[in-house]
Amino acid sequence: MSHIKNITLKIWRQDGPSAQGRFETYKVDSVTDEASFLELLDVVNENLLNDGKEPITFDSDCREGICGTCGLMINGQSHGPEKSTATCQLHMRKFTSGDVITVEPFRASAFPILKDLMVDRSAFDRIVESGGFITAPTGGAPDANLIPIPKPVADAAMDSAECIGCGACVAACPNGAAHLFTAAKISHLNLLPQGQAERYKRTEAMVETMNEHFGSCTNHGECEQACPKSISIDVIAIMHKDYRKSKLKNRKELARNK
Amino acid sequence: MSNWQTLESKGISSKIPKGSVEDKWLGYKEDLKLVNPNNKRKFKVLVVGTGLAGASAAATLAELGYEVEAFTFHDSPRRAHSIAAQGGINAAKNYQGDGDSVHRLFYDTVKGGDFRARESNVHRLAEVSVNIIDQMVAQGVPFAREYGGLLDNRSFGGAQVSRTFYARGQTGQQLLLGAYQQLARQVGLGGVKLWTKVEMVDVVTVDGKAAGIVTRDLVSGEIRSHSGHAVLLCTGGYGNVFYLSTNAMNCNVTAAWRAHRKGAYFANPCFTQIHPTCIPQSDETQSKLTLMSESLRNDGRVWVPKDRDEKRSADQIPEEERDYILERLYPSYGNLAPRDISSRAAKRSVDSGLGVGPLKNGVYLDFSAAINRLGEPVVAERYGNLFEMYERISGENPYKTPMRIYPAVHYTMGGLWVDYELMTSIPGVYALGEANFSDHGANRLGASALMQGLADGYFVIPYTLGNYLAPMLNKPAPGVDHPAFKEAEQAATARYTGYMNIKGTRSPDYFHRQLGKIMWDFCGMERTKESLEKALGEIPALYEEFQKDLRIPGDMALNTTLEKAGRVDDFFQLGMLLCRDALEREESCGGHFRAEYQYDDGEAMRNDEEFAHAAAWEWTGDPMQSIRNIEPLEFEAIHLAVRSYK
Repeated sequence: MSHIKNITLKIWRQDGPSAQGRFETYKVDSVTDEASFLELLDVVNENLLNDGKEPITFDSDCREGICGTCGLMINGQSHGPEKSTATCQLHMRKFTSGDVITVEPFRASAFPILKDLMVDRSAFDRIVESGGFITAPTGGAPDANLIPIPKPVADAAMDSAECIGCGACVAACPNGAAHLFTAAKISHLNLLPQGQAERYKRTEAMVETMNEHFGSCTNHGECEQACPKSISIDVIAIMHKDYRKSKLKNRKELARNK
Repeated sequence: MSNWQTLESKGISSKIPKGSVEDKWLGYKEDLKLVNPNNKRKFKVLVVGTGLAGASAAATLAELGYEVEAFTFHDSPRRAHSIAAQGGINAAKNYQGDGDSVHRLFYDTVKGGDFRARESNVHRLAEVSVNIIDQMVAQGVPFAREYGGLLDNRSFGGAQVSRTFYARGQTGQQLLLGAYQQLARQVGLGGVKLWTKVEMVDVVTVDGKAAGIVTRDLVSGEIRSHSGHAVLLCTGGYGNVFYLSTNAMNCNVTAAWRAHRKGAYFANPCFTQIHPTCIPQSDETQSKLTLMSESLRNDGRVWVPKDRDEKRSADQIPEEERDYILERLYPSYGNLAPRDISSRAAKRSVDSGLGVGPLKNGVYLDFSAAINRLGEPVVAERYGNLFEMYERISGENPYKTPMRIYPAVHYTMGGLWVDYELMTSIPGVYALGEANFSDHGANRLGASALMQGLADGYFVIPYTLGNYLAPMLNKPAPGVDHPAFKEAEQAATARYTGYMNIKGTRSPDYFHRQLGKIMWDFCGMERTKESLEKALGEIPALYEEFQKDLRIPGDMALNTTLEKAGRVDDFFQLGMLLCRDALEREESCGGHFRAEYQYDDGEAMRNDEEFAHAAAWEWTGDPMQSIRNIEPLEFEAIHLAVRSYK
């Protein structure tokens, strides 16, 4: 174990949603390279509290990279410099002594700041509520092995389903778009045989709810780079394809019903 | 023999149905009272916590037509700590044709729990386990599959069959997202009103029955009352009382503890599970410990060097100078011995100076044999994401050097006492999932937590809740203007302003760390009368300091330090009860190991004569004065036997 010394942190502080924010500078003399980035912030907070000052508010929970609660812009990158890694899994051994590190909240108009580094990502829940599910009320499910699912299909669905809902993709996108998040859920459910019945209805509802809250996709690909689960932007193509189809399919259905 | 009162004598029944263990659940369902579909909307149910148990319960109850309000302190239900479960979920499907059955899963769970669980509940759990898999597949959970498209299984500790379903190393995530999506559907349809970033701070009772809850809004700081006909606490376990654990940072006992203080008995708090395969602590800033899934023990071999002064790196140590401890001690289960037994074997090695790593605080978990046998791609397919996670945290590549692991606090089998219907000793207040004590006895088997959470939420509470509500039809629940709510609101306000007004010098984290150290040192993997008495001397003294020297900067609105203070306060009180429970239980069983009670070979020595019961603690106003009541456990289907995995 060795130590990283003389770190300068420039951290965004904002007292509330409508307050004026500012960067404040904090010095950390030494921290072990085994510490995670959030443990570094824990140290800063303990020092602030001991000085009678208010600690920095930030979100974190599982600290295993799976719950999606944490998320910071570290030196301008969602979750920091290491690929496929959530903020809580970023360790100080990836930094060097004397580093100046800028820490901001996830930046997107759909994610308003609550305080300091904590943002409100509930717009994601609105997208899922509009159609990110398979309607299967408890009780009537057939035997789990009734419908075989080819392994490559199950694997592809799982690749998309790994999304942790952290919002790094939105924060990394110059347009503040949530296409990677939405498409990951759509592709997870639309690939599976169980998801076919609601495939087009789901796609249409989720895409349109997404558009109410988030920006447009202009194929920068920043989202894939930022994703701690390395979800491929291929899922966005799947979403677009199904969205186009949904407009036709659903119109046909509407015409029949009227 | 102490003069403990039985719950029966206090008028509290465990409501175990009559009949043989196979017929109890069936018979119960045939006899229970139902609520007409059109009448369900007249009942409001408050679901606190939205992990596996809470999300599945809230969604299912809303599907049935109840008016549901769900509460989470997270910003979204999808963040609940169920999400971090890695390895899998058990079900008695017998898809592998390897001799599994409902009876065998039932037997393994009772034996795995060291005969300290209620038979009737465990049998029901095994029965509904098969429905869970069907349900989750229908919802689109992408479980691992064989090339033919059928579901794949693997083995977990304490079982000799392959009954564990999994989704890579993220089974908990996929199951939680499945349940979350069902919940989200109901939120979208208006069946569930969802409250995020609110924390339950009290249960309100009127005439001894559930009337609702009081919450604190974590963003605005507002204290609010919510009334309902029933309250479901699905709020997880209390492992964070040890400070360092595999639990998430925000996991806490507050909801369960506040219900306890309002009259819900707290059962077997000393039954805490130490998971054998976690990444060892590396430094003083450590905020939590990370689990490495038990599934790794399917292919990983646990060993330590035979020589205490071994200096060579793992790959330089020849085969004959290694001690494969689990394979040697427990040949028939080998590396898949249950968690409590594997943890103690690792601890004995480290305590005797055979530990590995820079701090000599771990044992090896070695995959080289599996890599040689199966090739790296197959091992990567099975465990790739876990290997990556290990490398991110430790900086070492487990394909090249063995992992270093050590036991850590992981799960709590104890929790709120519940009857067969999952109702606590407060009528109308229920506890589901890890928050209750019912199914795992003194030790939980791997891949059974996900099973229990979903069983309780999807397949038990939707039945048992109706039995309570049906007779209350057209009797409105007391509203939030009832004096009992006002009183609880005032108490909650006083409590949180109280923390702010101490204006001392120390952070809640400081006290939490100190408390955790006492708990781990004196009430951890091994306990003695002496160590527990020491803990019971030190915790109240530290608690007094907490009440005098706490410092909370900022104000009542969005203040994570204030949130933490309330949680640490409750951990202090629980910690005292936990140590008292450990002191009173003069036997070793499952995760509760009292050094005084062991066989010559170091195995746990149970005392069925005096302790074949669940301890159900009754609040008296001071955790040092709580009263221990008991529910005797009767074993009709399975004979009490010394648990052997040799």
